[in-house]
Amino acid sequence: MTLFRHRMLETGKEMAFEAARMALDSAGLERKDVDAVVLGSAPDAFDGFHMKGEQLLDGAGGFRKPYTRVFVGGGTGVFVPIAAWWHVASGLADIVLAVGEEKMSPLQPHPQYAFWTIFDQFLERPLGVTLLWIFALEMRRYMHVYNVSEEDIALVAVKNKANALDHPAAQLPARITVEDVLKSEPICAPVKRLDVSPTSDGAAAVVLASEELARKLTDTPVWITGVGWNVDTTYWTNRDLCYPEYLEKAARMAYKMAHITNPRKEIDFAEVYDPFDYKELHHMEGLLLAGKGEAPKLTREGVTQRDGDLPINPSGGLLGVGNPIAAAGVMKVAEVFWQLRGEAGKRQVKKPVNRGLAQAWGDLMQVGTVVIMER
Amino acid sequence: MTLSKQVALVSMGYSGFSTVTPQLSFKEMMFEAANMAYAQVGIDPRAEVDSFICCEEDLLEGISITDEYMPDQLGGAQRALCTISQDGLNGVVQGYMQITSGIADLVVVESHVKFSNVLSKRDVHSLAMDPYLERPFLDDGIPLAALEMRRYMHENGVSEESVAEVVVKNKRNGLKNPRSSYSARLTLDEVMRSEELWSPLRRSYVAQPADACVVAVLASYAKARSITDYPIWIEGVGWFSESSWIGLRDFSRALYAEGASKMAYKMAKIDNPSKAFDFVEIDDSIAFKELQHLEALGIYPQGKAAEATLKGETKEDGSMPVNPSGGSLSLGNLAETTGLARLLEAFETLKKKDYSKALVQSWRGIPTSTATVVVLGV
Repeated sequence: MTLFRHRMLETGKEMAFEAARMALDSAGLERKDVDAVVLGSAPDAFDGFHMKGEQLLDGAGGFRKPYTRVFVGGGTGVFVPIAAWWHVASGLADIVLAVGEEKMSPLQPHPQYAFWTIFDQFLERPLGVTLLWIFALEMRRYMHVYNVSEEDIALVAVKNKANALDHPAAQLPARITVEDVLKSEPICAPVKRLDVSPTSDGAAAVVLASEELARKLTDTPVWITGVGWNVDTTYWTNRDLCYPEYLEKAARMAYKMAHITNPRKEIDFAEVYDPFDYKELHHMEGLLLAGKGEAPKLTREGVTQRDGDLPINPSGGLLGVGNPIAAAGVMKVAEVFWQLRGEAGKRQVKKPVNRGLAQAWGDLMQVGTVVIMER
Repeated sequence: MTLSKQVALVSMGYSGFSTVTPQLSFKEMMFEAANMAYAQVGIDPRAEVDSFICCEEDLLEGISITDEYMPDQLGGAQRALCTISQDGLNGVVQGYMQITSGIADLVVVESHVKFSNVLSKRDVHSLAMDPYLERPFLDDGIPLAALEMRRYMHENGVSEESVAEVVVKNKRNGLKNPRSSYSARLTLDEVMRSEELWSPLRRSYVAQPADACVVAVLASYAKARSITDYPIWIEGVGWFSESSWIGLRDFSRALYAEGASKMAYKMAKIDNPSKAFDFVEIDDSIAFKELQHLEALGIYPQGKAAEATLKGETKEDGSMPVNPSGGSLSLGNLAETTGLARLLEAFETLKKKDYSKALVQSWRGIPTSTATVVVLGV
């Protein structure tokens, strides 16, 4: 993966190239060995390209190859390896390069402007609504239903930003306190500046191989044993935002495939999507890694720390490493890969791990994408 | 079960196919098309469909992350649904892989376009090009199409008459097609007297925009056998991109279609494509592309498609019917829905006539070099 930064000097193509090159190098492969390329990138509006996938194809290694871009909003990053998985599992490809790229910085004065156009043009856009507003509604609802305090939620930001201190590509690593989060600038109550991940540029890539080739390429392959994805109704106003049902369905799809019946016991650690600190808690519950309303308690008790019983976001997550949308999801899959191989260095979780999970989320609080990986 | 009968196309539905569709929102078009497809095989999308794949691009929709607006009208809410930012035919390929990987038995592929809503088509097309090296010179891509046409004609000794003959043939074929918006009975002379956009490209050589939605239902062998007596088998799939850098491409041939077809032919065990198909539905969104694609797909040797067209071989009653539906020149430019629209034509023709094998090919249009190919068998 490349550095995650607010503004990278490299173009999107160059970032995709760098990440793809690193992934191929780490697998000891050349571009000629790749049968197909899958790219993920979020809204075209960020870079002002129509058909952004076509623009990025040379950079991502798709030159004269079967090449496809997949897109499920913020869930794209974890969906890229899912699509790459079906390329391999179908038998149509043996080696697939999966690349996530995002360049949010070209949009001036702020990438948030691209999100104006994600809303319904008749019912929502006239309100001038932004993503921060609707996530503030969701955070408020979650806090209200499960009686969660802002302090509990702030603990997630404190943990993840501290974890990111050990990540060489991290954009916003920091040692902060709960008080720092609570006192940070209010953006849209109850969301405050330090509750939110930054906007970022960056790219990340992984290589998927068929069973036979994987065993030839490495002695320590990491297997994808479960994939799941789910999209809820467009009408987010008609849902109870306190619980992500779509994510539970995506998780159940992946658990069934991986023969997991008790995720809390059988998942050793997880990289869950944390663009906002409350989302980590929300997603732990949707993934059935915690009961409804129980995630804040696990966080308070230190269960989700790197040395805890269920480490969550040992990478530092989006809050610490940064949030170049599609690249951030691929970063999470890469982190599970490094953790399972014992290659995460200072970020390595304390307990021995055999099975990890990566998850992303997107659209109008609507998409869940889940990948389960095992040693 | 043989490899060629792993995945079937079991039903297709459509809506729109008109130059304007003020009576329908894009959601209503999707609902109509999906309902038509589901009713044919009696399936309940809320219970039986394992995966939904939608193919569209944000800027033509006027919505960022269009994925958000797809689930409800397809019956896909709280189910596995995704967007593939590609032509709809590539969505069929992704569905094929989902079924053969064992993750799904029933997959719905959808694509729609409402060009009549897009007031700034030129700008959108222009934004598909590199902002520094290409956009300032190539406007909305029409000059690029003209350059490519000139090079193709020059390298292969192709006359403008043969390009115009493609227009005459396809617009005439479309007269029998109820989904055709731009069919006409024209003479070669009338086609060649059309306004020159960028030499040698004339307005009549370019497919004009239309609105449509097409939905396809794919099923695994067992599922297909249980829901229909008339499955159309997907025997081969291929997809391929050349380069996004226009300057790196070989304009004399459509390398992207060549790459995609090689992959599909290998899978479908086709050694001699010129004799393998009863008819082909291929991209003709710019008239010379039909000739270029016929050669890239191996239906005719390099430089020979023009001659065959002038001889009438590619007419509906010729030895190698090409775009008997009327093609994009009759049906209109349907952006990412083009591939599925042609799949629909091939699906219906295979069911109606005594044919056994067809080829469908899509191209994502100017300025891309990306193609998808699907081989269908009865």
